Amino acid sequence: MALRTDKTRASIRIGSLATRAAKIPYRSADRHPRLTRPGGHIECRPALVPAKHKERNGRARRDRLARVAALRVIPALAVVVGTLMLTPDAFANFITPKSGGSPNANSIHSLYVIVLIVAAVVFVVVEGALIVAVFRFRAKKHPVAHQTHGNTKLEIGWTAGAAVILLILTVVTFIKLPSIVNAPNSDADGLNLTASLSTPSPPNGKKLDICIQARQYIWRYTYGAGCKTDSFFKKEPYSFTTMVVPVHTTVVLTIQSSDVIHSWWVPSLGGKVDAVPGYTTYTWFKATHIGFYHGQCAQLCGTNHAAMVAYVRVVSPQEYETWLGKQEAEITAQSDQVQQLRQILTSENQLGN
Amino acid sequence: MATITSDAVVRPVPQVLAHDVIAPRKTKRWVDWVLTTDHKKIGIMYLVLTGVFFCMGGVEALMMRTQLSVPNNTLLTSEHYNQLLTLHGTTMIFLFVVPVWAGFGNYFLPLMIGARDMAFPRLNAMSFWLLALGGIVFYATLFFHPPDAGWWSYPPLSESLYSPSGGQDAWIFLIHLTGISSLLGAINFYVTIVNMRAPGMSWNRLPLFIWSLLVYAILLIIALPVVAAAVTMLLTDRHFGTHFFQPTVHGSPVLWQHLFWFFGHPEVYIMILPGFGVVSEVIPVFSRKPIFGYKAIAAATTVIAFLATLVWAHHMFASPLPIVVLGFFMLSSFLIGVPTGVKIFNWIATLWRGSLVMTTALWFTIGFIAIFIIGGITGIFLAVFPVDWQLNDTYFVVAHFHYVLMGGAVFTVFAGLYYWYPKMTGRLLNEPLGKASFWFMFVGFNATFFVQHALGLSGMPRRIYTYQPGLGWSTYNLISTIGSYILGVGVLLTIVNIYRSLTKGQIAGPDPWKGNTLEWFTPSPPPVNNFDEVPRVRSVEPMRDIRRQVERQTGVIQKGGGSEQFVRSS
Repeated sequence: MALRTDKTRASIRIGSLATRAAKIPYRSADRHPRLTRPGGHIECRPALVPAKHKERNGRARRDRLARVAALRVIPALAVVVGTLMLTPDAFANFITPKSGGSPNANSIHSLYVIVLIVAAVVFVVVEGALIVAVFRFRAKKHPVAHQTHGNTKLEIGWTAGAAVILLILTVVTFIKLPSIVNAPNSDADGLNLTASLSTPSPPNGKKLDICIQARQYIWRYTYGAGCKTDSFFKKEPYSFTTMVVPVHTTVVLTIQSSDVIHSWWVPSLGGKVDAVPGYTTYTWFKATHIGFYHGQCAQLCGTNHAAMVAYVRVVSPQEYETWLGKQEAEITAQSDQVQQLRQILTSENQLGN
Repeated sequence: MATITSDAVVRPVPQVLAHDVIAPRKTKRWVDWVLTTDHKKIGIMYLVLTGVFFCMGGVEALMMRTQLSVPNNTLLTSEHYNQLLTLHGTTMIFLFVVPVWAGFGNYFLPLMIGARDMAFPRLNAMSFWLLALGGIVFYATLFFHPPDAGWWSYPPLSESLYSPSGGQDAWIFLIHLTGISSLLGAINFYVTIVNMRAPGMSWNRLPLFIWSLLVYAILLIIALPVVAAAVTMLLTDRHFGTHFFQPTVHGSPVLWQHLFWFFGHPEVYIMILPGFGVVSEVIPVFSRKPIFGYKAIAAATTVIAFLATLVWAHHMFASPLPIVVLGFFMLSSFLIGVPTGVKIFNWIATLWRGSLVMTTALWFTIGFIAIFIIGGITGIFLAVFPVDWQLNDTYFVVAHFHYVLMGGAVFTVFAGLYYWYPKMTGRLLNEPLGKASFWFMFVGFNATFFVQHALGLSGMPRRIYTYQPGLGWSTYNLISTIGSYILGVGVLLTIVNIYRSLTKGQIAGPDPWKGNTLEWFTPSPPPVNNFDEVPRVRSVEPMRDIRRQVERQTGVIQKGGGSEQFVRSS
């Protein structure tokens, strides 16, 4: 055991081996045992010893703060969260996604709820264990740490447990999947349709085809057509931004984009589908009741992305027929007017060549 | 309380652990920094630079949150908002989180494995300066037209037809520069870890932070060439007449999505695995017990790295892909939840029955675990692809990845900062200020992002610059904005703490925490050559072994936990 005294330290300081360690002023408690062993020189410096009274005051203040937190802040937070969850109108959909407009949205909702229940259990158990560990094993209450390196059985157990939970969720997802992906038949009181099998179809083939064409920054809907190239010449009725559909009728949407990527999404009527230029994508919904739904483009599509809203107005089949007729008549009338104007301008030679 | 008697004969003077060679200074101080190849100086430059970018990204985030605080706000125009969201995402990912780990890695990798520098010191300096260049190129766009197609820059929006400005090209240039920087750094890390470990430091005695850096390096080497190829293809699309991603001439925008996310998802693990490593270092030190299941954690790290390359299409569940593909990516995303869960369980088990010293570093670590559990669980929701059809591209996703990345990266960076600052500067950060900072950040973070789950569930898509009243979004947005300012105050407190402690902090000494790993064997800050003599490593916790040996040979046995008895120095 080779021990050095203060004198030797001074000599180190004065000597050519000036070190950063030596430049630091040492307090009286900051003197250390030193070890020399055959293998080499190894030293250890314990931490500085703090001033006792200071720490005690700090602790008292901390405890007081903790008590205040427990008595005031936590109940206040509970009240806020409780209010958020119980106030239905202003705070709709605090913990579950929108649904209620169409069976696929409802199926996604119920799948979500199953995942939520499993997740809530996992959350409570794991966060609970963390909180208990942090409060129970503070150095003050639990001065001696239990020296363990692991527990193979326990570790295999929780690995397998996590895998089993995820396996269950997989099975549930695939059980639910058909009701989300496959379009069902229209109800008896829905719009009267003839069958066609050009696009994904319900079992009896009867559906209302609507072509959605997305472009910066508006949605165009062509009714009764699956985005066929001749729909323009056939003068199929169309509308912008607001889609009008009959209730209880299976609507199959064929989605295209003519510029950048957009994403069709009306939350209450089902999940989102990207509109990718060069690709055609499909989805469906079957409105369960008359109503008005808000949606908007979900993929950043440029400057006016936020303004690219989509509305769906669900009406009775009769009203739909009337609206469609009116829309058709208006479009024809306007295109006739344009035609006339063009003829006049051409005859007056104002359009140039 | 450590038993240290006041007798000067029993307590001899500390031996100098490594000698700093003080040569007469020939150059100016700043020239020293610019020309340095010392891994510690480079590490500090990394940390300072990425810290600056973190603040810039944070200010951009606050501007966006302020714009969204009330409906129909006109504070920012939609152009500016789109630029801000692109700047924020790109800055945080490419200029903060990835390089900040390179910073910690540079400083501590050689120290923790007992090496005197990195394997390639000049390459190391080059990776830093390339990063700085990338940042300058990117932020120079502020003077003409910042990019505005988002940090993943989906074509056709990022093609020249829709984003004609040079900002998009600057973005591509940034990806290239930071990419090369990270790639060189990763190769350097890999070579250093494989070749320069202390005698006796076999693979199962490698500190877990080093394990995570090894996997970080491997993932960077796998993922970066793919994104480099993708952005080069975008560049040639924009300027040289190719049409890889242009649908009008039979290119495919979905091809970009595959290439980008094949990089983008490993990138997530690149960003959080070193954070996991920090946690695996901090928890055992402040629990005063060994890490629970060392092998399981190291194995989980490598399994995560493997699976990380198989989950990319879960970012594309709403894209045109067959159902069977969606099913595969749901399963692989579930699978990656298992090793991640294992890590969380192991950390909690390490805390369990420990003797917790509640330092700021440990608080940030615990905050990370609490936050990351939520991020992990919401990840399961998003992996279920039918549910993702509702949640993808909404604020639910924004909340999810901030829970993962703020928790996994920012909170762990702060934990690492409070843990290692004394080693880097020789002075401790102020603990009460640090704890205040933690609580502001923790409360502010949850206030900001927890309600964003509800926003997404209520149908608010991400990346919109404003919204109409009456959609049920206004209150949530206001809460979120208030939370973001609380979070900002928390970050500010740490910045003040860092600045203040440089001159006023308590002197730390070489080993203020009684750490486990070799960096605590050197003086604080370590001299240029790190170690005069590298001790032989006999376990995962070489410093603990050394302390035990000191006790045995000096006969000074401490009360309670023996060598693990801990005195807090605040």
